[in-house]
Amino acid sequence: MAAKVLLIEDEPNIIEAIGFVLKRDGLNVRTHSNGVDAIEAVRRESPDLVILDVMLPGRSGYEILEELRDDAQIGDIPVLMLTARGQARDREMAERAGASRYMTKPFANAAVLEAVRELLGQ
Amino acid sequence: MAKNDVAASGLAGTRIRERRLLAGIKQAELAVRAEISPSYLNLIEHNRRRIGGSVLLRLAEALGVEPAVLTQGPAAALVSGLREIAARAPERADEAETVEEFAERFPVWAGRLIQSQAEIARLEQSVDALTDRLTHDPDLAGRLHEVLSVVTAIRSTASILVETPEIEPQWRDRFHRNIHQDSRRLAEGAEALVSYLDAAPGEALGAVSPQEELDAFLDVHGHHFPPLERRDGGTVARILDGAEELRSDAARMMALEWLNQYRRDARDLPLDAMARAVADLGPDPLAIAAHLKADAVMVCRRLAALPQDMVGEIGYVLCDGAGALVRRRAVAGFATPRGTGACPLWPVFHALGQASTPLKATVMQATRDARPMTAYAVCEVTGPSTYGSPAPRRAHMLLIPERQPSESVPEAAEEVGITCRVCSRSACPARREPSILREAF
Repeated sequence: MAAKVLLIEDEPNIIEAIGFVLKRDGLNVRTHSNGVDAIEAVRRESPDLVILDVMLPGRSGYEILEELRDDAQIGDIPVLMLTARGQARDREMAERAGASRYMTKPFANAAVLEAVRELLGQ
Repeated sequence: MAKNDVAASGLAGTRIRERRLLAGIKQAELAVRAEISPSYLNLIEHNRRRIGGSVLLRLAEALGVEPAVLTQGPAAALVSGLREIAARAPERADEAETVEEFAERFPVWAGRLIQSQAEIARLEQSVDALTDRLTHDPDLAGRLHEVLSVVTAIRSTASILVETPEIEPQWRDRFHRNIHQDSRRLAEGAEALVSYLDAAPGEALGAVSPQEELDAFLDVHGHHFPPLERRDGGTVARILDGAEELRSDAARMMALEWLNQYRRDARDLPLDAMARAVADLGPDPLAIAAHLKADAVMVCRRLAALPQDMVGEIGYVLCDGAGALVRRRAVAGFATPRGTGACPLWPVFHALGQASTPLKATVMQATRDARPMTAYAVCEVTGPSTYGSPAPRRAHMLLIPERQPSESVPEAAEEVGITCRVCSRSACPARREPSILREAF
């Protein structure tokens, strides 16, 4: 069965493009676009991997990730963080919050795909 | 005070006098700045009174020198400056022992070294302030994130189109539409970002020049200083003592001058009289000047220094004879540029050329957040004219947001910009440089 990836991102055209690339690679892609109920979305979808944007409406990606890591049910899911910032401090914050990988926008589709495969152990 | 300090400060009066004469300041003027009587200053200057504590600090500040320069002489100040530099490299502690000899033998080079170190420290502070601004300004971070997200969407979508020649027509059309849509959003987002970076510093932004330090200091106080409104006259020095925003000596000197002017204005046009005039006549500087039989320029300064609950929303711009913005009170809906020259169409610049004609106009900037403003502009002649040399001038402009029943723009509003760099007006006779917005997009 295809691995399930939950893409939490508020930019609709990124959702469409990255969603297309991942589906073309045979992955089952689900999407969610706001920060407020992102944790509920992860619980509901129970994905194999989460791709999480840092700046989301209603709640920051760091906060969501911290809560996710504290949750026994979903805390072990690998998370690929996407951010528009490239400063050392942001990388540090992502690592501290528990990100499995960290990518800075703008990124190449191939780089995202490679990171996703690696995190899924493929 | 240590024993050798007492001995050294015996000639402090002579040094104060020398410094004062060097700076071209009259004794009476220095006494006012230091908030002491001229006769007391005279006794100090003739070494008939020993000084220390707050009087010494105020005199040093008024003369723009370190207190040590007055109490211990320049050599001690040099040694102390060099010791500070040496302390930054503790691994070379042995060399620190030679600073006295160095200051004694090469006082000019020692002075230059200290000056260079101060400049490095100032630049480091600027870099820290700018880094801090990028890191902690949520508005800026949000705008950058938006622009980079759109760039990411365009890049990802374009890659798909290039790498997937066999893509289905409906997907191809959809991605073409997305790229078109995103390119427009990118242009708008980048324009907003550039406008934001070019606008004057607000509370969230770090001050990187003495001018900005003073602006930040005035912003923190809402441009209003209740102690200076009292008839017994509050002390300027006390206000400056606690001013964390004024980091450089230059900024403190500028603040001192501005607050002394404030105190004189408050004495001549007391707060209660201004409050009654504003309540009766509105924030119209000419009407208030006529009513109070006062100078219109002083009324402008007083209006710009009133608390918002008394005068309502009000903006203020002061430009010097070269058109440089030297003071500003921000008002929402009318942005002022940082770093570059302001839009030449602002009424304040028209007023600069017409010393005897105050101006009133309705203006509105061609930006997304703009609001129509009533602008009052008055030119001030700040010194005498001499043969072949015109009198120096500066101009004041007050900006009062117009109360509109709706979001409509008044027909009479003249469209103005922030600064040419971020202005997209196509045919502007006053343009001094091409707009980067039009060039880029």
